[in-house]
Amino acid sequence: MEISRRALLGTAAAVATVPVARRARAQANTIKIGVLNDQSGPYRDTGGPTSVICAKQAVEEFQSKGFNVEVIAADHQNKPDLGASIAREWYDREGVDLIIDVPTSSVALAIAGVSKEKNKVHINVGAATSDLTGKSCSPTLVHYCYDTYMLAKSTGGATVKAGGDSWYFITADYAFGQQLQKDTTAFVTAAGGKVLGSSPYPFPGTTDFSSFLLQAQSSGAKVLGLCNAGGDTVNSIKQAKEFGIKMRLAAMLMFVTDVNALGLDAAQGLVLTESFYWDLNDRTRAFTNRVKAKTPNNWPNMIHAGNYSGTLHFLKAVADMGVAEAKKSGAAIVERMKKMPVDDDCFQGSIRVDGRGMFPSYLFEVKKPSESKGKWDYFKTLVTTPADQAWRPLNEGGCYFVTA
Amino acid sequence: MFMILGYPAPLMFGQLLLGLINGAFYALLSLGLAVIFGMLNIVNFAHGALFMLGAFVAWGLLEYLGIGYWVALFLAPLIVGVFGVLTEKLLIRHLYKLDHLYGLLLTFGLALIIEGLARNQYGSSGMPYRIPAALQGATDLGFMFLPNYRGWVVLAAAVMCLITWLVIEKTSVGATLRAATENAPLVQAFGVNVPRLITLTYAGGVALAAFAGVLAAPIYSVNPNMGANFIIVVFAVVVIGGMGSILGSIVTGFGLGIIEGLTKVFYPQASATVIFLVMVIVLLARPAGLFGKAA
Repeated sequence: MEISRRALLGTAAAVATVPVARRARAQANTIKIGVLNDQSGPYRDTGGPTSVICAKQAVEEFQSKGFNVEVIAADHQNKPDLGASIAREWYDREGVDLIIDVPTSSVALAIAGVSKEKNKVHINVGAATSDLTGKSCSPTLVHYCYDTYMLAKSTGGATVKAGGDSWYFITADYAFGQQLQKDTTAFVTAAGGKVLGSSPYPFPGTTDFSSFLLQAQSSGAKVLGLCNAGGDTVNSIKQAKEFGIKMRLAAMLMFVTDVNALGLDAAQGLVLTESFYWDLNDRTRAFTNRVKAKTPNNWPNMIHAGNYSGTLHFLKAVADMGVAEAKKSGAAIVERMKKMPVDDDCFQGSIRVDGRGMFPSYLFEVKKPSESKGKWDYFKTLVTTPADQAWRPLNEGGCYFVTA
Repeated sequence: MFMILGYPAPLMFGQLLLGLINGAFYALLSLGLAVIFGMLNIVNFAHGALFMLGAFVAWGLLEYLGIGYWVALFLAPLIVGVFGVLTEKLLIRHLYKLDHLYGLLLTFGLALIIEGLARNQYGSSGMPYRIPAALQGATDLGFMFLPNYRGWVVLAAAVMCLITWLVIEKTSVGATLRAATENAPLVQAFGVNVPRLITLTYAGGVALAAFAGVLAAPIYSVNPNMGANFIIVVFAVVVIGGMGSILGSIVTGFGLGIIEGLTKVFYPQASATVIFLVMVIVLLARPAGLFGKAA
């Protein structure tokens, strides 16, 4: 191929402007928010593009308070190494001030580490592991609206209370599933129940759960605890029905979006825990009405709502401090977020000193097809656990900077 | 109770049967791959995406046109087969004279595009597809509760494998096909339209993937990643069986399904890797695969 001198010069000139453009993007008066999550894999619908839409919704509603806000997004494909390298790129070269969402606990733990090292804010919404505010806690991290402890307490506690005193677990074999099983086991045994066995399966990539279901059945346990999420949970429940598994199903982490995928026929009667449901009250309905046109096939679940609320709370703290001050230290922003009450259409509460978002949790039961009045009308509320009881007590987490 | 290796016998029989069911999918998919590789020398990385496409076409036929499972079982492979004809004529044809790597890259790119489009349109959590009325319910076999649909999958897959094997090994069409693979110019000299034969072979292999996709639709939700989950394992099956060996891919498909099923009992964490362990051992002992002919 022949390259003309003009083309060569043109290319060189274009290349020369790239670093300038990059620097220009990291302006002093612009706050940049990166939504990092699974855009293409099993957790796409529980977070994914709808999380980005909700974060942008928050920016839109926040309006300008004397600074610009920009939202970018990327796909971490549930790989910790990929997630960490995107985070570094964002912090070092793109001038990102906040990374939000980050489902998949193994990736979340990696991002929490990078954010701490760079003194940048990470609001984790999508991941479940309670270690984020426990032994892996960080002064630059907020864990927003659910974790394995809260799920175990609400769903696990209610199931034991209803007579389910012997359990078998089917568990996604990575940080999240293991932690969820551990936290649930603690509640089951504390209530006098027993765990008879578990099948930890490789994640991601397992689609057939029938083998584990038969093992669970032959263990003689009364309750089948599903310590997995997204498409895996949907497949487990479908196949349990197919194989006529008579055990009580406890889907330890399930979202309204999963119920939609499963259909009410298969999902009816399941109990599950979320900290948000679009039809909880007038404010949640108002929020949903504002965003649903942008994501008509995937209405917001607690992760999506958490991305909205977390972004809004972060921006309020930045506005309160002033951009110049906020740019200096992520830990200082998080410090400010912990001092301000959270109050928006999705969540009302506070951020605890260890970074734990303190909001009520709700135990829902999935409606029968005959009870559902329309699209996305899936839940009835069974139990509301107030914020001060829903989460792991502060002194039990083992967070290093929490002094009793 | 009667025990096998410390596990109750009913549980073990159940696991063997489940292994056979998964093996049925491996066999069907690797069969299509083996046919395509054997005849066209193309490593068809788009196979998983075409499997997924088969399931999506079945779902779409029901959702938009009200066409049910049984018709879809024939129609979906046909539609995806036509798609296969188009890709072979427009794209793959140009790569026969080049290194394998180009075919692999092209089909891999194709797979990414097909899966990406499906994901953008339908999300990733998948759409439910009901089991046809005639196959609902389950049969109590004494040692396990076998959903009728799963039994049907094993049967349908085994019959389809047998038919494919018979066509290629025992009919005159198959003989022509095999001859064309050995020496295309000579076969062409006898008046056989070899390029068309090759196009139809590709379409046939692709249709097998789509057939497996329709079979899988009621078991797994119809979702854009369903093929990606299978494809790597299926490639391992083809390698173990011997690239291009029809019989090899059938036997290995069912066999590895069973090995994987048993691993799920003894050490579930390894169930995703056991197949690759087998692959390493086989490649060390027999580099051409279990049924492959050494080049």
